[in-house]
Amino acid sequence: MELILFYIASTVAVLATVFALTRSNAAHALIYLIVSLLAVAVIFFLLGAPFAAALEVVIYAGAIMVLFVFVIMMLNLGQEGDARERQRMHPAVWIGPSILSAVLLIEMLLVIAKLDGLHSGALIGPKQVGLTLFGPYVLAVEIASMLLLAGLVGAYHVGRRFRVTEPSEQPPQNGGAS
Amino acid sequence: MEGLAIPLNHVLIVALLLFITGLAGLMFRRNVIFMLMALEVMLNSAGLAFVAAGTAWQQADGQVIFMLILAVAAAEVSVGLGLVLQIQRRFRTLDMDQAKRLNS
Repeated sequence: MELILFYIASTVAVLATVFALTRSNAAHALIYLIVSLLAVAVIFFLLGAPFAAALEVVIYAGAIMVLFVFVIMMLNLGQEGDARERQRMHPAVWIGPSILSAVLLIEMLLVIAKLDGLHSGALIGPKQVGLTLFGPYVLAVEIASMLLLAGLVGAYHVGRRFRVTEPSEQPPQNGGAS
Repeated sequence: MEGLAIPLNHVLIVALLLFITGLAGLMFRRNVIFMLMALEVMLNSAGLAFVAAGTAWQQADGQVIFMLILAVAAAEVSVGLGLVLQIQRRFRTLDMDQAKRLNS
């Protein structure tokens, strides 16, 4: 039973990924990418890793994809935004991701209906993961926190609004003492 | 490993397919947002392989490494999207072939 669910979820994952990377519109690709991440979360759950599945949904499909959505929204400012929004409501745009995520929804309902039967043999719960994470891997946690701090500082530094200087039209008069 | 209902080989094949898809997307797309998405897909497939291996040997280490991959992906995508904004401001395009000079 879980084998069939696994095959369906992995088919959805691969199809959604292929669709995501072949779109021409970034927002449509993002929807397919979210469906792909949700399918991978279903695979995690079927493998007996519910904590990884929850993290996949919350952090990948939640936080990271929201970053993508914000950047696409910041880039897509313009007059053609209204026409693009109207075109986004077209059924041909949302019917594909809807079908794929409906398949995942049906799988989730099946899994919930047979609550603790549907994972493969070894269930590794959050308690075991937490004990391992803060036991032998506590140094890796510290390194990850430093990495996240570096990412925060780097994103703040890179993303700030530089003063745009046009070198072709106006050479600097003050001897470049900036 | 006896109790594993899903064969490890099949999970690894799915992870390989996802990784190949992401790699092809990274090589063939020139829009920088799509390249970042392809990177996310590749990191995600690596995490899938880790979780599958950790489940096959009934150890929690796979999920721990998956969480570290998650932190790496979050840091990478935040800096990458900041770079996307800078590229859009400077070059008025998202085509990476237009932005191949580092200091222009």
